Amino acid sequence: MKIAVCLKRVADTTSKIVIGADGKSIDEAGLKFVPNPYDEFAVEEALALKEKAGAGETVVYSLGGDSAAETLRTALAMGIDRAVLLKSPGSPDGLAVAQALAAELGTGGYDLILFGKLAVDDYNHQVGGMTAELLGLPCITAVAHLTIDGGVVEAEREIEGGIEVATCSLPAVITCDKGLNNPRLPSLKGIMAAKKKPLETRPAALGDATLEVLGLELPPERQPGRIVGEGVEAVPVLLELLRTEAKVL
Amino acid sequence: MASRILAVMEQRDGALRKVSREVVAAARRLADGSGGTVDALVLAAGPVADADSLGRFGADHVLVATHPDFRLYQPDGFAATIGAAATGYAAIVFAATSTGRDLAPRVAARLKVAYASDVTALAAEDGAVTVTRPVYAGKALQRARLTAEPAVVSVRPNTFPAVESPKAGEAGTVEVPAFATRVTVREIKAPTQAALDVSEAAVVVSGGRGLREPANFRLIEELAAAFGNAAVGASRAVVDAGWRDHGAQVGQTGKTVSPGLYIAVGISGAIQHLAGMRTAKTIVAINKDKDAPIFKTADYGIVGDLFEIVPRLTEEVRRARGAQ
Ligand SMILES: Cc1cc2nc3c(=O)[nH]c(=O)nc-3n(C[C@H](O)[C@H](O)[C@H](O)COP(=O)(O)OP(=O)(O)OC[C@H]3O[C@@H](n4cnc5c(N)ncnc54)[C@H](O)[C@@H]3O)c2cc1C
Ligand SMILES: Nc1ncnc2c1ncn2[C@@H]1O[C@H](COP(=O)(O)O)[C@@H](O)[C@H]1O
Repeated sequence: MKIAVCLKRVADTTSKIVIGADGKSIDEAGLKFVPNPYDEFAVEEALALKEKAGAGETVVYSLGGDSAAETLRTALAMGIDRAVLLKSPGSPDGLAVAQALAAELGTGGYDLILFGKLAVDDYNHQVGGMTAELLGLPCITAVAHLTIDGGVVEAEREIEGGIEVATCSLPAVITCDKGLNNPRLPSLKGIMAAKKKPLETRPAALGDATLEVLGLELPPERQPGRIVGEGVEAVPVLLELLRTEAKVL
Repeated sequence: MASRILAVMEQRDGALRKVSREVVAAARRLADGSGGTVDALVLAAGPVADADSLGRFGADHVLVATHPDFRLYQPDGFAATIGAAATGYAAIVFAATSTGRDLAPRVAARLKVAYASDVTALAAEDGAVTVTRPVYAGKALQRARLTAEPAVVSVRPNTFPAVESPKAGEAGTVEVPAFATRVTVREIKAPTQAALDVSEAAVVVSGGRGLREPANFRLIEELAAAFGNAAVGASRAVVDAGWRDHGAQVGQTGKTVSPGLYIAVGISGAIQHLAGMRTAKTIVAINKDKDAPIFKTADYGIVGDLFEIVPRLTEEVRRARGAQ
């Protein structure tokens, strides 16, 4: 089984966000960057599927600047066989990114292409589904449970008030949600081995963007709240405020 | 120029989902900016109860696309139908639900246009659609302009309140083109807990580690039931401990909720929890620790033992609602 994983380098979600000088992006100074957490589920799934099949190849792709190489090395240290860095300044427009990934993945002969369900920086929630559509491949998104048997995929995805069960056949695109697996940590041996694994770099063919970022702002602070009281005596006070002030009752 | 907006409706088991009216309301905002019209599109296997009511909520036309395979969500068929119907629309509006999030990128990729997901505000400005959307787990807001037509967007549930504004024109049908079925949705398995989903409910009552043991979630369930329209949520601490399903988790690695009222019971208010609920209109916190961080975000807080406060609150809410 030949499996590709798409991995994005993102700011750690515990980071304090500071708006950059351009007013459209974040100030990256001093931030810690990590592999997108949902993409780690994709890496783990690729490794587990190859192990189960007993043969195959796993390849990880990242579109980004030189620093994305470090993120790719993390995936290699986890056990992925080789990496490809698609050099590009990136784009906030998911379609432009999907076009670049599709151009690259289309000729790879992959049985399975794995994505995260969303990147925790831009929250675009779209690149996996778009790439599949551009490639004309079946796609199931936000998958929390996956079985592949004899070329048939069965996947479960959480929907409002239930779990949707969907099937398709390989080759296919799957985007990964929490719950799919528990990503392994790179071992010391893996980290050493990763240094010798192949990491190719080539320019990305980013599509034309039709989404233009006008600005990035911090969300308005919530009005400072108040403690309405202590213990059960405060309950009627709260109810009165919910009725007359907040008007939610 | 008057613009035409396509609003994509969601139904389940032949009944329109509540979020569909919000999608019409969002589409209405775009249309009204330019004296345009809203077409509500319902994809289904047969008649959909309530579809007629869409006119009452601001749809100029209600269009129906019927196909035997549309009993459940059919990603390929839905995308093909909307893609084929898209000509002439200035924007296509979806709900940012599990279905909308799956479907909208497919449609945008077919049409080779940008897609803005999970928007909390939108407007028609200078002939283009501009949006505001939370990024970085809600720690920043991005403003963006979609420069291609149609602009594809999905709107966050509970942010565009449905408004009654009678419009109803003629009903119509949309043809379902031939499509290759690549993915089949076989069934929807019922969840083990939680009848109403936290991401859609108007009121969310969430419990955390302060409840001490899973059986005590009964208190949360009773409070939710007293509101009538409330869903039960949970912090990650109790989901990881196996007390509640992952579907109930609110926060950065769980769901993002924007209800009218959010009640956090025995939840400390970690930054990752706040990421999922800080856009609720009104936040109430009940915690025995007066220094718990949740009180900084809550509009109203009660300091004290939840085991005393919650039963009393349930009783008062029941009474208040019974009196209406
Ligand atoms: C990468 C990452 C992602 C995460 N994602 C999420 C997420 O999506 N959602 C999420 O919720 N968390 C998330 N977390 C975890 C988060 O950091 C907190 O650990 C978690 O939210 C704590 O849950 P809690 O408030 O229930 O428990 P605690 O922090 O233990 O708080 C329990 C609270 O109950 C109060 N209490 C105890 N007894 C009583 C009583 N009798 N009456 C009243 N109050 C009482 C205590 O004062 C305390 O404030 C994430 C963490 C990481 C690192
Ligand atoms: N620059 C990128 N390089 C590689 N993969 C990406 C990139 N951007 C997005 N992806 C993939 O697409 C998924 C969804 O991202 P998004 O649509 O941006 O939320 C991510 O989880 C990744 O798997």
